[in-house]
This record gives sequence, structure tokens and C-alpha cells, in this order.
Amino acid sequence: MMALPYITEHTGFTGTVYATEPTVQIGRLLMEELVNFIERVPKAQSASLWKNKDIQRLLPSPLKDAVEVSTWRRCYTMQEVNSALSKIQLVGYSQKIELFGVVQVTPLSSGYALGSSNWIIQSHYEKVSYVSGSSLLTTHPQPMDQASLKNSDVLVLTGLTQIPTANPDGMVGEFCSNLALTIRNGGNVLVPCYPSGVIYDLLECLYQYIDSAGLSSVPFYFISPVANSSLEFSQIFAEWLCHNKQSKVYLPEPPFPHAELIQTNKLKHYPSIHGDFSNDFRQPCVVFTGHPSLRFGDVVHFMELWGKSSLNTVIFTEPDFSYLEALAPYQPLAMKCIYCPIDTRLNFIQVSKLLKEVQPLHVVCPEQYTQPPPAQSHRMDLMIDCQPPPMSYRRAEVLALPFKRRYEKIEIMPELADSLVPMEIKPGISLATVSAVLHTKDNKHVLQPPPRPAQPASGKKRKRMSDDVPDCKVLKPLLSGSIPVEQFVQSLEKHGFSDIKVEDTAKGHIVLLQEAETLIQIEEDSTHIICDNDEMLRVRLRDLVLKFLQKF
Amino acid sequence: MDPECSRLLPAFCSVLVDPRQAVADDTCLEKLLDWFKTVTEAGSSLLLLQENPCLVDLLSHVLDLKPQDVSPRVLSFSLRLAGMFAAQEDCFEYLQQGQLLLGLFGEAGPLSWAVWSVPTVRSGWIQGLKSLAQHPGGLHFLGDSGAVDALFSLQGDSSLFVASAASQLLVHVLALSMQDKAEGSPSLKGSAWPACAQKIVAHVEASLCSTTALQITQALNVLTTTFGRCHSPWTEVLWGQLSPLVAHLLDSEPVPATHSLVDLLLSVARSPVFASADCTLWETIARMLSCLSPMQTGPLALGTLKLQHCPQALRSQAFGVLLQPLACILRATAQAPGPPGLLDETTQGCSMTVDTLLSSKSACVGLLCQTLAHLEELQPLPQHPLPWPQTLLVEAVVIILRLCDGSAAPSSSEGCRLCGTLAGCIRVQRAALGFLGTLTLGTSSWELVPQVFAILLETLKSPASSPTVLKKAFQAVLHWLLDSPTPPGCSDLGPHTPLFLRELFPVLQKHLCSPCWEVRDSALEFLTHLSMCWGGEANFREVLLASDVPKLAWQLLRDPESYVRASAVTAMGQLSSQGLQAASDSPGHPEVQQGLVGELLHILSVDSEGFPRRAVTRVFTEWLRNSHADVVQDTEWFVATVLQMVSRDLDWEVRAQGLELVQVFLAQTLGQPNPSCPYAVALPKVTPPSPLPEVLRTLCQMQIFDFAFRALFDCDRPVAQKACDLLLFLRNKSAPCSGLQEAGDSSDVASVEATLERWQVGEQGQPLGSLEPEVVLAALRSMDLEGLQSRLAESSDHVEKSPQSLLQDVLATVALLEENVADCY
Repeated sequence: MMALPYITEHTGFTGTVYATEPTVQIGRLLMEELVNFIERVPKAQSASLWKNKDIQRLLPSPLKDAVEVSTWRRCYTMQEVNSALSKIQLVGYSQKIELFGVVQVTPLSSGYALGSSNWIIQSHYEKVSYVSGSSLLTTHPQPMDQASLKNSDVLVLTGLTQIPTANPDGMVGEFCSNLALTIRNGGNVLVPCYPSGVIYDLLECLYQYIDSAGLSSVPFYFISPVANSSLEFSQIFAEWLCHNKQSKVYLPEPPFPHAELIQTNKLKHYPSIHGDFSNDFRQPCVVFTGHPSLRFGDVVHFMELWGKSSLNTVIFTEPDFSYLEALAPYQPLAMKCIYCPIDTRLNFIQVSKLLKEVQPLHVVCPEQYTQPPPAQSHRMDLMIDCQPPPMSYRRAEVLALPFKRRYEKIEIMPELADSLVPMEIKPGISLATVSAVLHTKDNKHVLQPPPRPAQPASGKKRKRMSDDVPDCKVLKPLLSGSIPVEQFVQSLEKHGFSDIKVEDTAKGHIVLLQEAETLIQIEEDSTHIICDNDEMLRVRLRDLVLKFLQKF
Repeated sequence: MDPECSRLLPAFCSVLVDPRQAVADDTCLEKLLDWFKTVTEAGSSLLLLQENPCLVDLLSHVLDLKPQDVSPRVLSFSLRLAGMFAAQEDCFEYLQQGQLLLGLFGEAGPLSWAVWSVPTVRSGWIQGLKSLAQHPGGLHFLGDSGAVDALFSLQGDSSLFVASAASQLLVHVLALSMQDKAEGSPSLKGSAWPACAQKIVAHVEASLCSTTALQITQALNVLTTTFGRCHSPWTEVLWGQLSPLVAHLLDSEPVPATHSLVDLLLSVARSPVFASADCTLWETIARMLSCLSPMQTGPLALGTLKLQHCPQALRSQAFGVLLQPLACILRATAQAPGPPGLLDETTQGCSMTVDTLLSSKSACVGLLCQTLAHLEELQPLPQHPLPWPQTLLVEAVVIILRLCDGSAAPSSSEGCRLCGTLAGCIRVQRAALGFLGTLTLGTSSWELVPQVFAILLETLKSPASSPTVLKKAFQAVLHWLLDSPTPPGCSDLGPHTPLFLRELFPVLQKHLCSPCWEVRDSALEFLTHLSMCWGGEANFREVLLASDVPKLAWQLLRDPESYVRASAVTAMGQLSSQGLQAASDSPGHPEVQQGLVGELLHILSVDSEGFPRRAVTRVFTEWLRNSHADVVQDTEWFVATVLQMVSRDLDWEVRAQGLELVQVFLAQTLGQPNPSCPYAVALPKVTPPSPLPEVLRTLCQMQIFDFAFRALFDCDRPVAQKACDLLLFLRNKSAPCSGLQEAGDSSDVASVEATLERWQVGEQGQPLGSLEPEVVLAALRSMDLEGLQSRLAESSDHVEKSPQSLLQDVLATVALLEENVADCY
């Protein structure tokens, strides 16, 4: 989502973007915060000489290892964000979107964040599921819809947890314990975070915990240009919330308890550290602010303010950035650093359960998921283990998915269907011949009744239009079955033919009526009667042949 | 028999056989059977039947009823009752004369009735026969009535209780029939055994040769019970006869009924009859150890190692089997496989163990948990194998814990598979920590201590550790801190401990702030134990006081979870006793200013849950016992204040603990109640600081008598009992008191007695008022405290349990049913 303006505004993209409403609204907030943070500190010039390869390789790591630096771009502007968002068409969970009649696309709840989706892409006979960041834990969003993923030909699995060894429950416990410990010792707590997502769950945990931990008098500050909108938006997306929170709306109560924290002045939010915040600021306190990379945003001020005291603690909860790299420019640092990444996305045990439940025919996933992480090569449990083994792909690789389109669905118009007379040729299998016009438009195929033959009575010249219409002769019945040669010969003899000789050929048999100088060639899918201009004989023989075949 | 019961019996018996009147509550019947048992054991059953002919009538009426009218409960009751009476030979003959027993237990009796399908009836039939089979007459009866054949089929009964009872009765019959015959001639051959015994043995033999596992299991169970119970020489003959059949079972693939087979072999091995080496038995066990799967051999190996007498070679084999999974883990993770020779012999079983460990998560977890539990059980036993591979075991447990927390980095493919299987497995973690805790016993190599401390610290630090794992880890830490060996010439704490403590306390602090109450609770319990053992150690005191632990523990006195508050009270009580409590200048808690006593009194008076209040009274009692500084300042005020709060407490344990406090106080002021108690800590003898009259006056002022009298009539028996003991002690102590007049103003005494009488009937609203010692003494002497003590000693339901009451209950229920029937019309 955060890269959307680069795609829509810089690549000549002309298509439609589909997204759920919370994705659009929260995405807008995240982009707005980013743009705000960047634009707050404009740069007079931007350095680009270092991108020269000869210079780049002399730079310290990780800069020297960065790839394709020449394609790096500046951050987008708010206009670009708005333009990108205007190209989005809103969709709801389970809504079926037709794409050119070829496939139908459906978003499903993925349980990870408000409005986050997995997608089903299906035709009449094929189904591909695309699973992105999903969660099976009971957090605030609607639970993951697993049932709809069943019977997939292919399941594309992406967006698994970045920290498979960290259990989110344990991490939340660690977060709370360290927060309380710091506050009780008179220190401050800094939580670098995004303005939406896990923060809602953290605030809810703290809501339950602060009284028991004796922290009710400690102020919690949430500082972000979009803090207010984020807290308010979360309360209005009722239909996208888990059942418990949805039912609160009917009481009516705010679904998230942060409303009460705000009401009781325990949680205060500010657009930035300037203005009201500097008047209200009281220590010891807990501050939630961005950006989690510690490179820009209000978090930078707090790192500088509190970094020198060992009483204070910075707690990293976002798994997107290496906390050691984030802290590098601030060293030496006296404040305590706690790393409790909270990533609620699927781990490998959950994936294994999900695959057992959903049973796709094939799994396609990034290469990284098919082997243990490089740092823990012995952890065989930290990889996808399924049968048949998953098909893996690398960055920018184009894959042919392991299935073929074998059938197409064709509709038959009711009046045409009405005229069909199916005949049962085997128990359970009926056949009927159809003569119709195949009409194809927008990848939809329809069989329509053939136009009536032109009225000969008019005597006029046939219309031009009817040139396109196939000739509709009186239909001969179709034949099926095979001719048993011995019985056929007996039948011929019975009808007065003598001197019959049978020869085996590669494809069947040839019955020779030497007296009549006639030859009957019987093959698997054809029978030819070759006689010398004796139409009477031919018809007699034809009728004898037809007796052995079924007509419909 | 009580004449009143005799009077009620006829009516009771007629109710039982009346098909229109169902006995709703069969617990009554069970209790009555218990009563009949005591009556028959105490006297002659024959006399009982003659004096109460209604009982025989009951039995014959049951037989006369139409099959559809028989209630299963009543039939089962009658069968068991008849068996009980027939246990005495003369009574058996008396009942036999009337063919009653044959009717009840013979083939034409309930065995052939429709009601036989009810398990209660079958169970009653078996129990009746079991009671009956006590004498040769009974034994003959069993043989003649065809009951033994019925028992054979009941071994496979659908009800497990019935099947088990049938097997037990077969064993009982076998033992009884051999009792007389085989006593004189121990080497009596099987062919010369009594017919009944031969029949049972032949059935067992046939079952052992059967192809169905169920039948084999039944036979093995009968044999297991036989060898477990009977230790006469004939059992040796029996084993000699059957052991080839049992050994033959091991030739089958797979071996049938392995659990029962293991039980049988261990039962035989435990029997004193086989104390002299029986080669075939040991050979069979050795064969079994080598051919069964690792999950199945574990219990056999443990049982073998627990035996008092067993060949050394077999013990080594069994121990090898038990150690096998751990050795495999060590090999797979490229650790040293232990001392040479210990595991080499059993490499044959190793591949099977590895296969089990790698086959599936559940198999791996099951085997490891079983092995760890077996070793934990074996470790403290005196007969545990020597040399005990302490180092190997500690290393194995440490590596298992590392596999569980994902910190192990094995290079072999088996190691990687194990890593994947065990990562995050709480069950194995718990079992390993439990075993690690016991491994301190007899540890002599202190070199192991650092690696144990390291893994325990990692477990405690890991955010992934579940509350139950943390609790086990705390317990293991406690064991290793308190019992770990120290190198010679080192202080009590050992060289690693101070360093470990410095790392431990920050972790403890974190857990005291955990959002999970179980973790806070475990951390507080750990703190209590640690300070109880080490409160006097300078190193420990220094590290503890330098940390925030005491302050955090104090804050947890206000925890929202009552269990945590209770643990915090205990921990703070302990810390305070050792002079380790936090400085009382903690911000945000004005109550802290009042000191810990004030805080605890606050909890005692306002806490809505019982656990914290109980903890407070226990802490106060301990403080008083150990002369805590805050208490000795003004002991009388302290005791009086606590009693005032405790006396109205709704929780009886708090009230009982209050009496304990008074007891300690009285012991300190008046002397020990029982100085000869062998377990009592020898306290310096207390001489009452002031003459007895003054002490009594003080007790009156402190309202101790008021409290004790109130408690005497408490609706909870333990409280009343304790109060009674206390008042008796006071009365005895004041007996020689000559300084007081025999009685005070008689009107005062009368008024006190009147109030006490009202209290006794539950009207405790009126206070006793201010009491004079003379009045109290007079009241004490006038009370029948000894009588009350013996009444209180009886269980609270002794009235309800009396046979008379039971009989009345049955009759009353029926009467009530009759009324209801009348109402319907």
C-alpha cells in the first residue's frame, strides 16, 4: 500500500485498484504521516553522487551492499497520494468482482489488520487463492476466513511472520512487564510505532493492565500527525471488527477501550511535540510515536531527550526494522533497549494447520519459506513443510502455475435447451446433438438457437446477412456403436450374399462380396461401401450396416 | 444390635421387597451394608439372623419376587448382605439349609434373570460371593454352584468394575483353595492341587494360549494379582508351570498385552518367594527389555531397577534402556555420549529409540516425558543404580531444554529434526525442569553448576516461557541454589551463586511486573522460599537490597488478583522477618507510611477475598512466634487488634488461624502447653512476667475469652475444636491459681452462663461484656469442656450416618412417596 503512488503515478498505470475501505483510509493515514514527517524537515539539496558505483563500493555497509540505488526515489507528495487513492475502487469482503469475464476476484478477511484481505481469483473451473499477511490470533480485526480458501488449485502463500520464533503473547507480556518496571523505577518509556495496527491491541492490553500494575496515574502520550484520525477511524469501522467488538457497537459502546483511556485523560494524543503537548508533558510517562526506523518523526526528539538516562527504556514492537540498526546513530546510549517484536501474522505451525485445513492442490511461496532461516539453519520447523512440496519463486520471477485450463463454460439459451432431446447411451450419461450459433462476447460464451432457414416461398434472392448463417440442412441422425464382423457376415449371408471374404487390415476389416464385386471397408470410426454404380445394392448394404448401429 | 434398629428393621425389610416402593437413594443402602459389616464382624451372624428373622425373610422374598418386580439395587444389596452373613461358617450352613444361598448365587438365581444385565447386580453377586468364600464350606459351594465358570465369563464383562471384581474373586478363590492343601507340602505338584484351583489354573493356561489379546490380558491380570497377594510356596510351583507359556508370548509379533505382561513380570519379581535367583524370570525380563518398543520398556526398566534383589547384569541392561532416549539425544546433538560402557551394550535398541524420537512429535514428546519422569522417580531411591551418571544426565537435560527453547544448534540431520520437533514444546520443558531440580541430590561435581544456571536463567528470561514452565524453572533454580555443590574451601554460596543472583534479580523484577498473575504469583513464592533459606546470607542480602524486588513485592500487596495478594503478604512477612523489607518511603502509597503492620492489618480488615486474609493471619502468627520487632513493641495491643478483626471474619480458616495466634501468645505468657512434644523447637522456657491473676486480667482486657467462647460455638467444627482445646489449656493453667476466689459474684457468673447458652444456640448478638477473671474461671469450670471436646472429635455427619437414622430415612422417603401417591388421587 505504501508504494502505491509510485505505481499509479510513475509507471503509466491506467488500471483500477481494488481495496477495502479501511485499507484505503488507514493507508492514507500512514502515507500522510510519512509525507508529513519528511516534509517537516525539507532538505536544501539531495546527495546523489554517492550513487556512483565506484564511490558506492567504498561506503560502509549496508550502503555499499544496497542494490539498484539509481532507481531510488524521493518520497511522494500528498498530491500524488491523493491521486493514487482516487484510482481505488472500494470493495467489501466476499464481494465478487468480474474481471473481463475471464476471472472473478473476491477479497476475504485475513484477520491481520482492519480491512486486510486475502484474495480468491477464480474462473468456472479453476481457483487460485492469494494469501497475504494473515493472522489466526484473536485480535481486533474480523477473523481470518479460512473456509473460502478450500478447494483451491493453487494457494499462493506470502506475508508470513517476520519473526517466527517470537510468540506475540509472550512479547506482549514482555512489553507490559518492562514498561511497568521502568515506570516503577521512575523512568520513561518510548515506543516507536506506526500510528495504526498493533498499537490498538497494545493500548487495549495496557487498558487491562495499568490498574493492576499501579500505573493508573502515569500518562500515555500518542504523538502522530494522524493520531486523532487513527484513534477515531478505528472506532467507526465496526463491520470490519471481530465479533466481540462488533457487538459492543450495539450496546452502544466504543469497540476499542482506548476511547475510555482518552475520556479519563490516561491517554492523550497530539499531532506533534509542539503546541499543547509541551504544556501537558509530565514525567514519568509512556510515549507512542513514529517513525519506528528512528530516522525521522517525533521519536527522534525523545531518543535525544531520554537516551542519556539508564532509567528510561525504548521498547521496539514493530518487526519491520532491525532495532540494532535503528539505534546505531544514537550510540552510545544509556537508556535500556527492549526488543519485543509483535508480529501477529502466520507462523509455520499455523501455516501447517492452515494447509491441512484448506488442502490446496499446490502451494506456491517465496523461496525463503522453503528453507530454514540462514541464521538458524538447524530449525527445520521454521519452513513450510507440505505435500506436494511447495513451488517456490524468487523476486521478479514469472511463474507458470501448475494447472491448465481445460474447460470453458458455455451457456445455452433456454429456448435452445428446450429443443434438445437427450438420449441415455449409458446409465447416467445422456447425449443430445446441438446445432446452434456460438456467441462470444467479453469472454462469455452463449449458444443461441440457429436462425430459421430462409423462407423459400418468397422467391427472392437470399439476403446477404444469411451468408453468415451456416446451412441448416435437415439433420441426419448420428450413429454410434461398432459393427461385429462375424455377425455382419452372417447377416449378409442371410440376405442372400454368398462368396463373402473377410480380410483384416491395420484399421479394421474389409468384407469382400466377390460375386457382387463390392467392398465394405469397416474401420473404427467409418464404414465405406464401395460398389460399382449399383445404388440399389449400396442402399441394401447400408441398411444392413445401420441395423448394427444406434441412432440418435 | 441397637434395640431401636431392631425395631425398625422389619419395616425396612418389607419396604425393600415391596415392588411399589422404590428406594431412591442407594447411598443409604451402601452405608447400611457398612453397618452390617461392623455388626457381623463384631458378633455372631447366626444370632443376628435368629434375633431378626426379617432379614432371612428379606432374602427369601427377593427370590420369590417376579423377575420384573425385582429392583436391581435391592437385589444387589441382598446378594451382598447374604454373602456377609454367610462369611461365618455356622451361619453359612444355616442359610444353606433353606437353599437360600443356592437360590441367590446358583445358576437358577439372578444369573438367569433379565435383571442380570444391570452391572450393579453382577457386581453385588461377585461381592456377595467374595464375602462368602471365607471357609471350606464356601469354597465347595462355589465349586458346586457353577459360580467359577460364571466368573470366567465375567472377566470379559462390559463393565470394567465387574470384570476387575471377577478377576479378583478368582484370585481369592485360588488362594483360599490352596491355603489349606498346600501348607503342609510346599512342593505339591500342580496335578495334585484341589479341583477348584486346577480348574482356575487350566483356564488361565488356556487363556494364555489364546490368540485374542483380551483373553491373554485377563489371564495375565489374574496372575499379576495372584503373585502380588499370595506369597506361599505354591506360587513358585504355579510360576514354574506357567512361565514357559508367558515366555512364549514374547515370540509373537507384535507381543500381545504388553502392559499386563510387564505388570506380571514385575509382580513375580517383587514376590518374596522368588528372592532366590530364578533364572527363567530374569531371562524373560531381559528378553522383554530388548524386544519391546522404547515406550513399553520404560515402565519395565524402572520396575526392574526398583527391585531389591536383581542380577547386576539385568540392572545394567534396564538402566541402559532407561537412559537410551537421553543418550540418543546427546548423540544426535553431537554431545559426548556419556561414560564408556554404560550405553555400549544397548546400541541394538538405539535405532528403535531414534526411530521413535524421530517418527512424530507425539511419540518423541511422550517418550522423553516418560523417560524424564522415570529418572526423576528413580533418582532419590536408595537402590538407584551406581555409578549414577550425573554429568551425562545434567548435560542431556540441558540439551533437551536448549532444543525446546530453540537455542541448540545441532549439526546432524537427526539433531535438526529433533530441534524442529521439540521447539516450543512446553510438556517436555516442564518434565526436563522437574528432573533438573531433583538432579541436585547427590551432585558432587560443581563444574556442572554454571551450565545449569545458564540454561535456567535463559528459561526465566525467555518471553516465550509459559507460566507453568516459569514455575518449574523457579523451583529448579531453588533446588540448585540451595542444594548445589560447592568446591572445597568455598563459602556457603559457592563461587557462581553471587554472580547468578545478580543476573537473577532483574529477571525476578520483570516477572513481578508480569501481566500474567500466575507468573507474579510464582515469582513471589520463589522470593519467599529464597529469603526463608538465605535471608541470613550477607551476599544474598546485599543483592536483594540493591534490587527493587522488595519494593515491587510491597506494591503487589495491592494486586487485583487475590492469590497474588496472598503470596505478596507471605513474601513480605518473610522479608520483614529477615529485616529485608523495602524502605517505607515508596511514593504513591500513603499506607506505606504506616509500615507493613498497618498495611497487613488493612488487608485483614478490608480484603474481600479469603486467601490474603488467611496469609495475613499466618504471617502474624509467625511474627509473634519469632518475636518480630514490630510485634514485641506492644504485643498485647497487636494480639488484641488482630483478634478484633479476626473474630468477625467470614472465613473459618482465618478464625482458626486467629486461635492459633492466641495459642502462641498464651504459650509465651503462660508456658508451653505440651513441653514434651518431640517435634517442638526447644524454646527458652517462658516464665510468666507477672503473677497468674494479672495475666488472666490482661487476657480478659484483651477480650481473648470473648473470642475463644465465641469460637467455641462456631458453626465450623475445626474452629470449635481449636477453641475447646484452648479453653481447656487455660482452665488447666488456671487450676492452681489460688489468688482468685473460687467464684466471683454469682449473679455475674449466671449472666455469663446465660449468654453462653444463647451463643450455643446461635444467638451471638449479645456481647459478653467486660469480664472479671473470677467470673471467667467459674464459667470455665462449670462447662463440660471434655464432653464438648469428644463430641467435636466425632465427624460432623455422625448423627446422619447412624444406622438408626439411615433406616428412618429410608422409611421416611417411602412415607413421603405414599403421601404423594395419595395426593394424585
